Amino acid sequence: MKAVRALTITAGLLLVWQAVVSLTGVAYYILPGPVRVGRAFVTNAELLFTHAAVTGIEIILGLLLGCILGCASAIMVAGFPPVRRWLMPVLVVSQAIPVFALAPVLVLWLGYGLLSKVAMATLIIYFPVTAAFFDGLRRTEPGWLDLARTMGGGRYYILRYIRIPAALPALSSGIRVATAVAPIGAVVGEWVGSSAGLGYLMLQSNARLQVDVMFAALLLLSLMAVGLYFSVDAALRLALPWQVEDSGSAAKGPG
Amino acid sequence: MPSNPSNSAPAVHLRAVSLDYTGAPVFDELDLILPAGQTTCLLGPSGVGKTSLLRFIAGLLPLADGKVVDDHGQAVTSRIAYLAQQDLLLPWLSALDNVTLGSRLRGEDAQSAAAIQARELLARVGLTGREDDRPAELSGGMRQRVALARTLMEDRPILLMDEPFSSLDAITRYDLQALAAECLTGRTVLLVTHDPLEALRLGHQVLVMAGAPAHLDAPLVPAGQPPRDPTDGGLLVLQAELLKRLSQAKTGASTS
Repeated sequence: MKAVRALTITAGLLLVWQAVVSLTGVAYYILPGPVRVGRAFVTNAELLFTHAAVTGIEIILGLLLGCILGCASAIMVAGFPPVRRWLMPVLVVSQAIPVFALAPVLVLWLGYGLLSKVAMATLIIYFPVTAAFFDGLRRTEPGWLDLARTMGGGRYYILRYIRIPAALPALSSGIRVATAVAPIGAVVGEWVGSSAGLGYLMLQSNARLQVDVMFAALLLLSLMAVGLYFSVDAALRLALPWQVEDSGSAAKGPG
Repeated sequence: MPSNPSNSAPAVHLRAVSLDYTGAPVFDELDLILPAGQTTCLLGPSGVGKTSLLRFIAGLLPLADGKVVDDHGQAVTSRIAYLAQQDLLLPWLSALDNVTLGSRLRGEDAQSAAAIQARELLARVGLTGREDDRPAELSGGMRQRVALARTLMEDRPILLMDEPFSSLDAITRYDLQALAAECLTGRTVLLVTHDPLEALRLGHQVLVMAGAPAHLDAPLVPAGQPPRDPTDGGLLVLQAELLKRLSQAKTGASTS
């Protein structure tokens, strides 16, 4: 059912796209039709996939790094009140700076290669992960904490056995958001300065009026982003089965 | 198996408990003794402070004043287990891991020994074969049984229970009351409940809390040993008496 719906939506969008092109007679270098983009995709497949691999590596490295740093920060901030007082203002201020505005600086410092894009993606991912996980760590069910205290539980063990597991659903929604924005970070980095990647390819094609190649690159980027999102989503579901069961039993209603 | 605490369960003395939320005193110099090894049931209208009193005894209410000590004037907080209205099971842990939670929270090493003991306790509350199920796979009654096993695992001589059976259906509640009474024999228990019959079934003494600041009536002491047969005529007469006290407590609370 889900697959049928996805196919229907895709077919519908393609149809509307073709209809717009046919009815308005818009020039191919402004908006190429889906057939033309498809042909560009096939003839340039090797080029497209070479650049897609670069962008993909940037996105995945950024995602990994951003999640690791975000988790570490959230645990530090939630677990150690003195750290919270020092780190929280820094976190908030860092978010006031538009990350996109930092892209030229990052390219200047880290060069035209992989590193500046990974840094860009990491920066963009870091905050949603930190914020979501920290929020989860702060909102532990008070009853569980009371129980832990009557059991004589130590602070470290309460964090490890209750607060962190209890915050994992919040973290997983943070990671979902991060996965959705990670490609933005990588592509913006590529636009500012690079020698490879789908963002670079799009700029080059645009300059050469190869608009069909540009659209093919865009298409591939979207497919990668959607594929990444669904893979991460599925992995998170597998990793937190108790959360799914919970909503499943709630949907069934009182039994 | 846990050692029988009947010889070691202390009496609990509450002395001059005072609690004041923004000018409305909940308790003012309240005194109460929980006799050693006996079950005291506490009834009263909603909001009178029963749960606050329980939390205070458990050391979870730092805002309140007063003392909680045993016969020798020693603090009892570390000898208390707490069973709340919600089962408070961790949804990501199996029944077995929920029962052994306390030992992990204290960083104890002997995890395999704890698991063996937890299996025995789960068998005792009738959950053999469900050790690896997560809470979402268990019924409300089973979850409360796991919570009871977790409480027994802590093996504390003093037990505080806050309406632990109130969310269960009548038959399940009846079964669990009997099970709890059997498992908790010899411990000093304070049971907060809304159900007069439950109080009369399980309590050595039954108290009604009323008013603001809250005060306690003279305890009602039903004949015989708990758990009592709820179809007993004498118990039903006491229930009528208790209901009368409760409705007085309620009207008293609303007029004051």
